Amino acid sequence: MKISFEYAALAPILILLGAGVISVLLEAFLPRNARRPLQLILVFGSIILSFVYVVVNSEATTKLTDAELGGQAKGLRQIVAQGSVVIDGPGLFIQGILLIVAFIAALLVAEKHVDPQGDGFASRSSTLPGSEDEKAFTAQGVMQTEIWPLYLFSVGGMLLFPVANDFLTMFVALEVFSLPLYLLAGMARRRRLLSQEAALKYFVLGAFSSAFFLFGAALIYAVTGVIDFGSVALSLVNTGQEGLVLSGVGLIAVGLLFKIGAVPFHQWTPDVYQGSPTSITAFMGAATKITAFGALFRVFYVAFGGLRWDWTPVFAVIALITMLVGSVLAVTQTDIKRMLAYSSVAHAGFILLGLISASPNGLSSTLFYLFAYGLTTLGAFGIVSIVRDASGEATHLSQWAGLGRTSPWIASTFTLFLLALAGIPLTSGFTGKFAVFTAAVEAGQTWLVINAIIASAIAAFFYARVIVLMFFTAAPENAPSVVVPSLLTTVAIGSTAAFTLLLGVVPQPVLDLCANAGVFFR
Amino acid sequence: MLLTNLMALPLIGAAVVFALPIGRELLAKQIALVVSLATAFGAIYLGLNMSTTDGGLQYVESYKWIPAFGINWSVGVDGISAVLIVMATVLVPLVMIAGWNDVENIGQGTVKGYFSLFLVLETFMVGVFAATDLFLFYVFFEAMLIPVYFLIGRFGGPQRAYAAMKFLLYSLVGGLFMLASLIGLYVASGKELGKGTFDFTALAGLNMDPATQKILFLGFFFAFAVKAPMVPFHTWLPDAAAQATPATSTLLVGVLDKVGTFGMIHYLLPIFPDASKYYAPVIIVLAVISIFYGALLAIGQTDLLRLVAFSSVSHFGFIVMGIFVMTSQGLSGSSLYMVNHGFSTGALFIVVGFLMTRRGSKFIADFGGVNKVAPVLAGVVLLSGLSSLALPGMSSFVSEFLVLAGTFAYSKTTAIIATFGIVLAAVYILWMYQRTMTGEPSAEVKETVKEISSRELAAVTPLIALIIALGFVPQVALNVINPAVEQVQEYVDVQDAPPAVEGAKE
Repeated sequence: MKISFEYAALAPILILLGAGVISVLLEAFLPRNARRPLQLILVFGSIILSFVYVVVNSEATTKLTDAELGGQAKGLRQIVAQGSVVIDGPGLFIQGILLIVAFIAALLVAEKHVDPQGDGFASRSSTLPGSEDEKAFTAQGVMQTEIWPLYLFSVGGMLLFPVANDFLTMFVALEVFSLPLYLLAGMARRRRLLSQEAALKYFVLGAFSSAFFLFGAALIYAVTGVIDFGSVALSLVNTGQEGLVLSGVGLIAVGLLFKIGAVPFHQWTPDVYQGSPTSITAFMGAATKITAFGALFRVFYVAFGGLRWDWTPVFAVIALITMLVGSVLAVTQTDIKRMLAYSSVAHAGFILLGLISASPNGLSSTLFYLFAYGLTTLGAFGIVSIVRDASGEATHLSQWAGLGRTSPWIASTFTLFLLALAGIPLTSGFTGKFAVFTAAVEAGQTWLVINAIIASAIAAFFYARVIVLMFFTAAPENAPSVVVPSLLTTVAIGSTAAFTLLLGVVPQPVLDLCANAGVFFR
Repeated sequence: MLLTNLMALPLIGAAVVFALPIGRELLAKQIALVVSLATAFGAIYLGLNMSTTDGGLQYVESYKWIPAFGINWSVGVDGISAVLIVMATVLVPLVMIAGWNDVENIGQGTVKGYFSLFLVLETFMVGVFAATDLFLFYVFFEAMLIPVYFLIGRFGGPQRAYAAMKFLLYSLVGGLFMLASLIGLYVASGKELGKGTFDFTALAGLNMDPATQKILFLGFFFAFAVKAPMVPFHTWLPDAAAQATPATSTLLVGVLDKVGTFGMIHYLLPIFPDASKYYAPVIIVLAVISIFYGALLAIGQTDLLRLVAFSSVSHFGFIVMGIFVMTSQGLSGSSLYMVNHGFSTGALFIVVGFLMTRRGSKFIADFGGVNKVAPVLAGVVLLSGLSSLALPGMSSFVSEFLVLAGTFAYSKTTAIIATFGIVLAAVYILWMYQRTMTGEPSAEVKETVKEISSRELAAVTPLIALIIALGFVPQVALNVINPAVEQVQEYVDVQDAPPAVEGAKE
């Protein structure tokens, strides 16, 4: 058998992982002062190059005619890397939006003008919080650049996760993108103990959930003797071992639901969102959700598509409690990052509606939702990172009072993001919700949509409460101020705000892209 | 293009006003006023050119917006929406004149913010009445909340944040249930037509089974009942109206709440004819309860703004009753009532605003004897009040009479009971007038209450002129409304008729 390796199809992933390796070498051999500029060029360059390859790949695939696809629906289908990776329409779309999100998040990560001490990361992560060493490094204005190799590996893993075509590749991708995130979560410059606690929790729970995933994959392998999704789907017909199969499916679901933060596997979200450096929270909140939903869809549409009648009710219940618990708990939060964390939980529930629809519309509406939600999340955390007082970011809600008077533009932009998260018409969030809800009603999940509407109504309360605080309440005594950021953060916030508005007012081009992405290839 | 231009003009005006530098307050006000006047004249031109025989949609425009969901930018007006657009756009410049110095008096917010919010709101008000695509209607329905939310929350009284929040949440929750029904309607239309649509005419032509209709009806009705507001979904209105400036309250009660009743007559009856008939008895009972509950609470109020707000709950009861009896007199009367109520409640809110700026209080107990110190002002209050209690000669009399006559044809008992609501209206209005305007003026009243100024007269005179004019020649409006009402009745009846008749009509 001739061993072939499709470099072009795998290029987006290879570029980022390769850039990660180069980035490690830069860390090892360059003098400290020369690292940052080169790392930035490497990061942004590799993301752009990778995106170009994603576009080229999708162009190449759409040229295939229906005949060449053997009667399959349109879209690129290509199984590569000896069957471990599949490049198809939805996979390419997810890779594309991941790279856009990663690019904008990198702008936030690279920001070094909002904190007078430097960027958002500890000067030396190895120093004890509060120690003399730490003070010395901070005083010297040292800025570490180890974050960049970690960032690149994480993005690379995320690109592989949703296009993995067997359980082992998917597991490797899961670890490749998760491990760097655990580290990045613990590197905040301010409130380091909180950050380290977040990292530890994230790591322990994440490792735990990975084990669940792996165990589930092992059970499926035990029953079927295969690990790639297409063969699993064929082998799962009439196995006569329902107990093992369903246990395996359940355990894999636990591993993936942990990553998207669905109830009851959401416990890590508020702590990790709060403790992590805000730029990393932005990246993690947006990108992890996108990649994990991509993988979740692939596993359950392709490998377990035949068991739809078994898993749909379970996911329906999970979606229901995720929406309601996320919304209700968000109401009780007093910290803006924790509030956004619970809001992300509620959104995970909304997006699960698309999965439960188990239809092409369910998939395409979810793709749109993920894109819209990712960008809005980035923008919202971007603004959180520039509202600061002397001790760092002012994340307590009471400190945001009166922001609408002192900084009307920033407050208005944040209002736009909140309205989008609440799903008010003319914002991207509404288009996404509308698409997903419509798909769910078409699939006969009307009662679930009604519950989603109730959850949206609860959620509207806490989003509106922040708007009330910003615009209708007088500023407190030592109100935080909005730091004027460098061009990096400005571009990040500006572009996400523009997308949030555009996807609400003229969503058709992106909706077309989502619809043309077609269905998963098996 | 006229309708789209009527929406674009205030929006551009709002952008211009908002872009002005701080310190050009007078210019901001002038630009806003000129823009709103231009819009009003445009709308009047549209109203005068409406066909008096064609009940279908006129001035129709349609462009593709989001083809993936079958959503179009489709606008067009029938007689009912046309008169409401005229009413709304006429009110805007008048509330601007009435609220000319609001921001200076309140001492918070910016002038350009206040006036540009009014202009943004005007765009959405025209849009919500003109939309003929249900999705577009929903977008305007929700988008309207934002400027009002800021108008209440930034420029209101001490409890403004609470009132703004309550207003927003009530409306959002109502809107979300409408969204659920809207999605259901879209899916139902997709099943019947092959591809889902939001087009009003297509949806009104659907043959949905009654069971589906009954479920989808509820989502829309809930949203409209909150908006209207009907008892028991009305509790946000008194708070919002009492905290907002009178100018905001005028538009809130005079125009925004009409979206609820407009939605009932324009969407519920044609799209869900079977469900409308099924639920009509319950809704009429709720409407009668609203009439009495609103009137009784208005009698008990100590706060002028809350009094006017509760009187509106009562008036909306009449409007809803007239719609759901589904007789031609009831429907025409309700449509006309919506216009008249906009003008008469607007006049009341505006004059209460005049009293408040003088005395610094909105409580009835702080007034008394105003007619001794400011007779013209008191006269204006009396005229506005009389129009609210539907004195013959005033426009509201015509509409109230039509509604009651229409109800009589439907159910004599209901009509007779509802008539007592008029008596209560006389009680709350006249008793309010007696306590605030007559008697001996207190020292504070003598000191603070000045005669009406020429600016204030400019705001309120057109309203009173319109009220009296429409009282004597209601045909001007009814001629436009009636064909549309016939069309609505046809929609409701067509569904009843046996298939052979339906085919013959086509």
